[in-house]
Amino acid sequence: MKRLTAKLVFMGSQGVGKSSIITRYIKGDYRKECEATIGASFMYAKVTIRDYTITLKVWDTAGQERFRSLVPMYYRNSDAIAVVFDVSDRESFRQVKSWINEVKKNTDTPVVYYVVGNKTDLVDSRIITYEEAKEFATSVDAHYWETSVYSNSGIQDLFTNIGRNLIEMVESSKRPTNIKLEIDPEEGPNNVKINNSNIKCCTN
Amino acid sequence: MISSEEYSENMEEAQETDISILVSDVNNIAIEESEVNKSISENKPLPSSSEQSNSYENLFDQLKGHNKHIFVLSTAGKPIYTRFGNENQLASLFGLMLALMSVTQDSNDTLQSICCGRTRIVFVNKDPIILVGVSQRSEPYDQIKKQLIYVYNNIISTLTLTQLKKIFLNRTNFDLRRLMSGSERLIDKLITFTENDPGFLLDSISCLQMPSNSRDKITQTILTECSKIKNLVFGLLIAQKHIISIVRMKKYSLQVSDIHLILNLINSTESFKTAESWTPICLPTFDSSGYMHAHISYLAEDCQACLVLLTIDHDLFFTLSEAKRKITEKMRRNDCLQAINDAIIRQPLSLARANILGLRHLLYKIKNRSQHWCPPFTLPYNTDTLQQNLMSVYCSLISQMNFPGRNLKVIYQQLTSETIVAWATDEVELYMCFEPMVSKECATNAVTKLTQWMKKEEDSLFIFNIPMF
Repeated sequence: MKRLTAKLVFMGSQGVGKSSIITRYIKGDYRKECEATIGASFMYAKVTIRDYTITLKVWDTAGQERFRSLVPMYYRNSDAIAVVFDVSDRESFRQVKSWINEVKKNTDTPVVYYVVGNKTDLVDSRIITYEEAKEFATSVDAHYWETSVYSNSGIQDLFTNIGRNLIEMVESSKRPTNIKLEIDPEEGPNNVKINNSNIKCCTN
Repeated sequence: MISSEEYSENMEEAQETDISILVSDVNNIAIEESEVNKSISENKPLPSSSEQSNSYENLFDQLKGHNKHIFVLSTAGKPIYTRFGNENQLASLFGLMLALMSVTQDSNDTLQSICCGRTRIVFVNKDPIILVGVSQRSEPYDQIKKQLIYVYNNIISTLTLTQLKKIFLNRTNFDLRRLMSGSERLIDKLITFTENDPGFLLDSISCLQMPSNSRDKITQTILTECSKIKNLVFGLLIAQKHIISIVRMKKYSLQVSDIHLILNLINSTESFKTAESWTPICLPTFDSSGYMHAHISYLAEDCQACLVLLTIDHDLFFTLSEAKRKITEKMRRNDCLQAINDAIIRQPLSLARANILGLRHLLYKIKNRSQHWCPPFTLPYNTDTLQQNLMSVYCSLISQMNFPGRNLKVIYQQLTSETIVAWATDEVELYMCFEPMVSKECATNAVTKLTQWMKKEEDSLFIFNIPMF
């Protein structure tokens, strides 16, 4: 069994459903009324793919404007970024671009980008089509994914897909050797980074 | 000064009467006030549709249904917060508030409060924002003003004073709601706290009652971990509204009003229970210019006490997360988690145990520790309204006792439904509520008896050890 720990950061405008997506995945529940996140919350999410157990250190950042200047603190050294928007809110979609540009400008290590269109259950008020979002995501080298926390669709797949891409990053021989994926010999909230070294996998 | 468009015809009718009553109590601004009204009438806007007038009436009817309002606006007149209703629909009311402030300012004066029958309106100008409180709960001026300052502090704790000033320096017309969004619920909850909590009245905190040796063990466990961490300034362990333990860095201390803001944040945020949080927070009394970073987490699924670790280093999350894990582990091993759980579910100490004839309820404050004890309410205070009434009685009693310039030691009053006594020594303040018709002698004896009894109980009711590292 190979263990892999990676940092995944959720960002995006307020009220698009970042916390709901994460809570749905980790706790399996959904609340209609969700209070605004203050600052950021931190959780561990587990994904198992093939012979890999992936521990995702998930940062759920607040979408409010006042926290914007603090977001770099959270996305630093991340391995995967998921920028969420609400498919019924064009402004939140417009914001995706500036989030991604910002992260790209400030990171020099390989990062897997995801654009996530949430609230696909709102069929009637949907404004951003699959095609438009997909096209945009491709243009910024990001994967596009659609989710609905309400009807619980796409969320398991999103995390699995992120896991797959992280494995690919680790296994890819073309990647630079300083990929910032950690391999923890033991699971748990250890923050020992193994940098500037070849990726070591411990097999139990 | 006032944009005429903001005043619809019927609005004026609704408010004109109000104003004339208001100003009758404030003679020196009465003349200017009538001029304001006149200037509004002269620039009469287009007659509004009946639909609009209905919606205004509904709106004001809605507002009238509440006896306590708090409004926040910018000095440019932009709405920032209202406790009830929607700020956008109250633009004209905000305009009126600004007008009242402005006319007094024009005559180099400061408008502090307006009384009108049972209604008291209090203004606090904290340039670049203005806070207005409207109360029909017969609260004293100082009390409402303090509530407004709390709301102001909450805004500062979200934004920092530096940022607040900078924003309005660059754009006087800025809509602060953009930056406040998501924190309105904290203000709502904070106002409720200021209305119901004896801690607000007494400028003190309430501690979770537990044997002092258990508390010492808990404090020691937290201290041992915290003292290893550079740049960690404060650590607090909280159970609902009560403090279990506090540790602090040498030379720094945490003020009560800042602790109240932290308590309000914890008790208003459900999501802290499900995940570790890393949150910037400004503590206005400690340092209004910058953020501290708070690591907030509940100890364990089976122990609902919340640990708050405050630092000035924004890179410390994982260090603090690790420290928290160790603290929880150690506390589990040395039975502290069990001690906390026992304390949370234990029946709080009842005043009946003191066995003092005629004494119904009291507030007991240790002055130099800023801590208080408020026993559970018992008959006849068994409903929310009756408890609220008792709190109002305490509020006015505390206000009389601490009136600036006076140095009262004892107050004894016979009210229609209770006898109340305030008693201050160098160490403690006592606010007691007896049955009606209790004599002075009887009350004095009660104080003596109670003081003796408290000496035995206070070890578990208060925190006497706030160690430094």
